[in-house]
Amino acid sequence: MDTMEAHITRMPVEKKAVVRSLSTRLVPRFKEKAIELLLQAAAFTSVAITLGIVGVLAYESFHFFQQVSVVDFLTDRQWTPLFADAHYGILSLVSGTLVTTAVALLVAIPMGSLIAIYLSEYASRSVREFVKPVLELLSAVPTVVYGYFALLFVTPALQRIWPDLPGFNMLSAGLVIGFMIVPYVSSVSEDAMRAVPVYLREGAFALGATRMQTALRVVFPSALSGITAAYVLGVSRAIGETMVVAIAAGMQPTLTLNPLEPAATMTAYIVQVSLGDLPHGSVGYQTIFATGLMLLLITLLFNIAGHALKKRYRQVY
Amino acid sequence: MRLKNGIAKYIKSTPLQRRIMRRKALDRFFAFEGLLVMGIALLVLFALVGQLAADGAGRLSWQFLTSFPSRFPAQAGILTAWIGTLLVMLLTALTAIPLGIGAAIYLEEYAAKSWLTDVIEINIANLAGVPSIVYGLMTLGLLVYELHLGQSFLTAGLTLGMLILPMVIIATREAIRAVPPAVREAAYALGATKWQTVRDHVLPYSMGGILTGMILALSRAVGETAPLITVGALSFIAFLPHPPWQGEFPFVSFEWLFDPFTVMPIQMFNWVSRPQEEFHVNAAAAGLILLAMSLAMNAVAIVIRARFRKRIHW
Repeated sequence: MDTMEAHITRMPVEKKAVVRSLSTRLVPRFKEKAIELLLQAAAFTSVAITLGIVGVLAYESFHFFQQVSVVDFLTDRQWTPLFADAHYGILSLVSGTLVTTAVALLVAIPMGSLIAIYLSEYASRSVREFVKPVLELLSAVPTVVYGYFALLFVTPALQRIWPDLPGFNMLSAGLVIGFMIVPYVSSVSEDAMRAVPVYLREGAFALGATRMQTALRVVFPSALSGITAAYVLGVSRAIGETMVVAIAAGMQPTLTLNPLEPAATMTAYIVQVSLGDLPHGSVGYQTIFATGLMLLLITLLFNIAGHALKKRYRQVY
Repeated sequence: MRLKNGIAKYIKSTPLQRRIMRRKALDRFFAFEGLLVMGIALLVLFALVGQLAADGAGRLSWQFLTSFPSRFPAQAGILTAWIGTLLVMLLTALTAIPLGIGAAIYLEEYAAKSWLTDVIEINIANLAGVPSIVYGLMTLGLLVYELHLGQSFLTAGLTLGMLILPMVIIATREAIRAVPPAVREAAYALGATKWQTVRDHVLPYSMGGILTGMILALSRAVGETAPLITVGALSFIAFLPHPPWQGEFPFVSFEWLFDPFTVMPIQMFNWVSRPQEEFHVNAAAAGLILLAMSLAMNAVAIVIRARFRKRIHW
């Protein structure tokens, strides 16, 4: 005992430091590493989700396309997978999606852009601080509530203008989706326009431009890259929107480009099949995955196109 | 009188002055138009709330909140639906919040610039754009049929958790990025490790932004319907899930995780899609409660954001 203590006290100073640091530093260092690994694993779950999505859709679609030819899928004009005389022409569903999306964009892009210009170039700070959160509530309303609104408020209102408008139609669904995505378009566009440096505006004012001319000819073009991103966001939301179309646009797949008619979209079809009781592994069950894959590909296509446009219009100040 | 003055002025003016006047008038018209469009958007919001309240407010009662669904519209209620929503939200939060905050901390504080980090970043941005129903298809194929978790609360919670994960990550990253580097450097200078710096300095400072992001993400999940339909929500459940407790040791029960589920938006969808008018009234009442839930969550988020913004000055 005595000798041990004597030994320690006689130890050179540096050695003592090493002994202490082993106990006080090694454990925390191990803990630090473990935490980092844990956080890294969390970050990789997002990649795993993507792999899961692509994997499941590809796997089930693969089985689907072993029984239905890709050519039929893309060119047949009828979609009746659950009938005895089954047809698998996805175009009937794609047309519904395109029509509702087009109607929605006709509402959301002009409205969203005008609101963005007003808020960024005209409105006072207090108006902006009040209006922005209230507008964002438009996108906070649950989509099923919008479906109710489309079916039981917008459609009856439209029927006063067109008395022969059917109870289910793509017009009212599209209009309502349009209002729903206005805040997405307006808030991202506004951020982009406010990022345009003030001296560009001042230059325009100095040349005698009015605020409107400055907004439309200087600020808007300079912010076009960010505004494109806003539009793409709106497009993806409109394409993927499900409940409004499932409630208000009808469930009958129809190859038509007339918004006054009822027609099912890709998303509405998936809902319709999921509500029924199709056996796991049947072709009917696999159709929803093939439809989902198509939906994902179309969304991806718009996103890639948007990304290319965004790059093209990017301005460096 | 003013108009008359204006016209008189216009007649007397030179061509240049006329052009300027016209441009100014156009400018005012444009501003008015912006205001008008904004008004229309807000009007739609009011019309929606008004219509829902007019149709459904009369149906709100204690009985409505405490009854099971029924074939008879006047007896039907939303007991299973709101309990379902609470339980699914709990599981959603438990999935998305730890994973989302962890991923965000990793990307902001730990990750070195490498192609792997780029892959994660691009992936998160793309995931945020994937239609929600596709998440439902994924969990249907993977969790329900491959992992045999069934069409249960657990599957529903995991589905919505994955759906809002990108939102949580993006919001948390923004909040963390707003903390100035000086705070971290001060902590390092005093000998803090990376994790100590994050836990004791970065996270507390960014808590306002993180909380706001969480609540907004959850409010999105509350109203989400489509992915839960694909996963297999039932719209008619006349019994409650197993209670989360039990008489014997260990007193907690997880049986409810595997019970069939329904949630508020599913119940509302079911009532809307029926032809009878009486069920539409029920749908409106359920919609009002749903709307109140998500608007309340948004209001809380706005308040928290304003609070924290006021308190912290860099």
